[in-house]
Amino acid sequence: MTEKVALVWPEIWLFITTCIVMVVGLSPDERVRKLCSWICGVGLVVAIGTAASGPVLGDPQASGLFPSLTPYAKALIGIVGLMLLPLLAGTVDRDLDAAIRAGKAKFDAIRTNRAEFYAFFLFSLTGLMLCASADDLIWLFLALELTSLPTYIMVTISTRGTRSQEAGVKYFFLGALGAAIFLYGFALLYGASGSTDLVEIAGAFRTQAANGGLNPIAIAGLAVSIIGLCFKIAAVPMHMYAADVYQGAASGVSAMLAFVPKAAGFLAIMMICGTVGWGHGGSDSALPTPIYILLWVVAAATMFTGNVLAIRQTSVKRMLAYSSIAHSGYMLVGIIAGPGTGDGTFWDNGLAAVLFYLLTYGVTNVGTFAVLASIQRVNPDGTTQEADEIDDIRGLHRTRPHLAGAMLLCVLSLLGLPPLLGFFGKVGLFTAAISAGEIPLVIVLGLNSAIAAFYYLRILRAAYLEAPDEDGPETRPAGIQPRVVAALLSAGSVVALLAIAQPLIANSVGAAQYVAPREGVAESASPIPDTVTSVETGLAPVEISRADD
Amino acid sequence: MTTMLVLTILIPLLFAVIVLVRPPEAAKFWALGGTSVCFLLGAMIVGRFFSAAGSSTETMQAVASLEWLPALGLNLSIGVDAIAVLLIALALLLGPICVLASWTAIPTDRARLFFGWLLVLQAAMVGVFAARDLLLFYTCFEFTLLPMFVLINEFGSTNRKRAATKFFLYTFTGSLIALAGLVYAAWAVATRASGADLGPGGFTLDIGVLTQYASAVLTPGEQGLVMAAMLCGFAVKVPLFPFHTWLPLAHTEAPTAGSVLLAGVLLKLGTYAMYRFVLPLTPVAVYEYAPFIGVLAIIGIIYAGLICWVQRDIKKLVAYSSVSHLGFCVLGLFALNTSGITGSVLYMLNHGLSTGALFLLVGFMYERYHTRDMDQIGGLAAKMPVWSFFMVFFVMASVGLPGLNGFVSEFLCTMGAFTSYTPWTTDELNGMVGATWGPLGPWFGVAAGTGVIIAAIYLLYMTSKVVWGTLNEPDGHDDDHSPLPIDLGGREIATLLPLAALCLVFGLFPKQTLIDAVEAPINEQIAFIQQRVTEAPLRDGTLAAEAGSPTSKASASVLNESSNAAGRNVGVKP
Repeated sequence: MTEKVALVWPEIWLFITTCIVMVVGLSPDERVRKLCSWICGVGLVVAIGTAASGPVLGDPQASGLFPSLTPYAKALIGIVGLMLLPLLAGTVDRDLDAAIRAGKAKFDAIRTNRAEFYAFFLFSLTGLMLCASADDLIWLFLALELTSLPTYIMVTISTRGTRSQEAGVKYFFLGALGAAIFLYGFALLYGASGSTDLVEIAGAFRTQAANGGLNPIAIAGLAVSIIGLCFKIAAVPMHMYAADVYQGAASGVSAMLAFVPKAAGFLAIMMICGTVGWGHGGSDSALPTPIYILLWVVAAATMFTGNVLAIRQTSVKRMLAYSSIAHSGYMLVGIIAGPGTGDGTFWDNGLAAVLFYLLTYGVTNVGTFAVLASIQRVNPDGTTQEADEIDDIRGLHRTRPHLAGAMLLCVLSLLGLPPLLGFFGKVGLFTAAISAGEIPLVIVLGLNSAIAAFYYLRILRAAYLEAPDEDGPETRPAGIQPRVVAALLSAGSVVALLAIAQPLIANSVGAAQYVAPREGVAESASPIPDTVTSVETGLAPVEISRADD
Repeated sequence: MTTMLVLTILIPLLFAVIVLVRPPEAAKFWALGGTSVCFLLGAMIVGRFFSAAGSSTETMQAVASLEWLPALGLNLSIGVDAIAVLLIALALLLGPICVLASWTAIPTDRARLFFGWLLVLQAAMVGVFAARDLLLFYTCFEFTLLPMFVLINEFGSTNRKRAATKFFLYTFTGSLIALAGLVYAAWAVATRASGADLGPGGFTLDIGVLTQYASAVLTPGEQGLVMAAMLCGFAVKVPLFPFHTWLPLAHTEAPTAGSVLLAGVLLKLGTYAMYRFVLPLTPVAVYEYAPFIGVLAIIGIIYAGLICWVQRDIKKLVAYSSVSHLGFCVLGLFALNTSGITGSVLYMLNHGLSTGALFLLVGFMYERYHTRDMDQIGGLAAKMPVWSFFMVFFVMASVGLPGLNGFVSEFLCTMGAFTSYTPWTTDELNGMVGATWGPLGPWFGVAAGTGVIIAAIYLLYMTSKVVWGTLNEPDGHDDDHSPLPIDLGGREIATLLPLAALCLVFGLFPKQTLIDAVEAPINEQIAFIQQRVTEAPLRDGTLAAEAGSPTSKASASVLNESSNAAGRNVGVKP
């Protein structure tokens, strides 16, 4: 048990920070309350620091299917978390604080939300980091839920409008459905392998595959788990919620939703697929055909759905929501391509491409939402709300050129225009898919990148080129400087990270190192007796003839 | 020279930043300064290249490499051969010309946006020709889209938004598929080629390494697919029929400087990429499918020419004439013989000069009359003699009047297609005077020749309506209220004179100025392709063409014995 503690120091630090934030956020003194975000930042920096020294392949603590995953993944999570932090500033309690300052209201610990908001943010990141270090189905499930549960509440409290309440409820119910589905999948995986430990499951599956084929329950478990996890990554067929939820939540929370659950979902899918392996590089067995077809169809459908529906939107937030769906589709291509030969090269390693893409997407995505969050629309009745419609950002370059510039860079990076960061993420997926022989998928990926250009250009044109619409909605700056900082930081990273792209890529390759367990690694991994299988499902125990029979 | 080459990419970017931070009134002066410095550097590069070269014009010069992303095989490596250096010179020459041509056309309050992006565009164009790394090439290739998108979208005429979007989407889609093809070739080299220098990442995108190994490791079937993917990107850029539909719209709507650079340089990115990638990476497929591409090129030549004939809009006419002219360029390229490819390379330069100038002239006229409709304008010779002189001059260059540059390249391309011939036996080729090895044939030359006639018809028809006849001006036109002189001013003449001079020089002394310079690398390329094609096994296991070399004969006979097909003619036509 102690060796596992060594793995989760970043999470422990984050948890301690969470506890501090919860207390500090309830202080009657506004200045103390406002320390919350700074404390979060310090906690994240400490977590990144501890994560970077985490175990890598060869260390005694390194275990699991992806033994060196944690340092890169946790540092990546921490860095994107740090970028999200200024974007979340001013999301909750802004009016309440103003009222208290003006003497119109008294501080009430019940009505203030700051403590919960930041604590939940950190809880969610803790869950995400735990996903990266998971080596057990139960751990993985709990980590996934810890990632998602706080986000349901964050969506609901992010604005005071009814739309975010609707979004929160919708997100919660569909999230619960998704969780139920992948939990059922996990249960089936346990049933097929007799273990919840991922390495042992992989060993058991290896034994089954070597002795006549995988248990049908294993296939069913994999398929159901992946479909359930599609909710986390907002992939077809579980993508329906994305547009409504992203639009209903405050922009900062939407940006978080576009990264945190997605990263968790991809880490989980990597691990689930890792139990059967990818089939490139010699002795490794391939993804079972049904799973391969499932992933293929999901990837292609997700790309097309996301991009085509994004074209139809007039709301930038909805557009970005659908583009986020499409980006999940791109990353699934990397999952299908698999870890390649695993000899430490980036260009044939689809998982490294996914991990690198998560970084590029996470960093870039913050910028687009931050620009939206930095602008307010003034409604005819005098109330204000965050910019959402494309009309709200029209002519941005005249009024706020730095925000328009940030939007330009971020949108072009999402589009994958060379030489910006997003392009190199996409090239990684391209090369990996080509080395895996997935030429049709590469064509689909290429076509979709081109479809995406259509709506990214609309955003770009509205923000950067067109003149402000005289009859359009009145807009004004939100007056929250950290959000502008977040936008500029993200846009700057899109260019600046190119300078250190080589170490980033090298680290993503190291993190994606997949250790295929040998056959029958664990004696305890023998499947549940075949009779049970047939009783429960009515399926014949097909093709299972264990060596010891 | 390496430093100068790098500077020609960096200086425009530096000046673009200066333009952005300086007041808008100064933008055009800074832009002119930046492009002029680059032009001088370009002239020095050309001078140095050919004086240093002597007999070694085939080799790459000014080679430099800076490791950036070894994991993706990405280096910032540059270098130029004779063809690249000439195209760079063309891009750098058109730079200051475009700035001068936009001197009064761009409203001051938006000058920063215009000239800033124009400078970025210039840097990207030079980058494409100078790149020796595939990803660097692709980066610059794609990055030309954004400045052009902004220029068309913001400074074009009425239909500009649709034109800009169509231009961006069309070319972006194509290039992504081309990227897939190029990466596939790189992957094949990385996994199959023995002896290739793959660099530390085990993956190389070095153009030199790829062109050397890719054709050997790709099977003919794969070469066909890779070629198709690459053509998706490059044929759109050229544009080859039937991928040309974005061009008339983009050209017509673009501001003058945009049209000049689009026609002058950006279209050449497509043909240059074909020369640089399609021919050497997939020679067997090129040889096999060249007749098909040749047919497309000829359809483009004739079809676009016929469209030109019925155009009323002068700018659209010149735009469609580009489609027609670039058909010759592609036809020559795929003739795979010396005259064809030389003609094609010359066409890239000459078309940039003459069509660029025609767009300038149409732009100058439009600035004065605010119409491009032939029915509203006529007989300008009476009023604008200088403009009319240049118009007739460049129309002649474009038509292909002997003595001017267009003739040389058009003749070489057509002749290349005509003489390109795949022999049944070596002896047959030896017996035919003038015939050279290649996949096309006389009929391609004959069909392309009709395009020359059509070009003469539509261009002269346009000239007769606009330049000659009785003076016809649009209603309400008033010379007195225009800030421009009635005829061309000194600034405008200054943009046209260097182009006219080059047209004349290249037309009168093509061999001394251009052909000698580019022949060596082209012959090297042809020899490489010929070797690959003759060595390549056909689908039925025999060799493509029995070229008389002992090794290929020997291996052919081995193959024949093994397939128990002795007595079958080895040198079958593919």
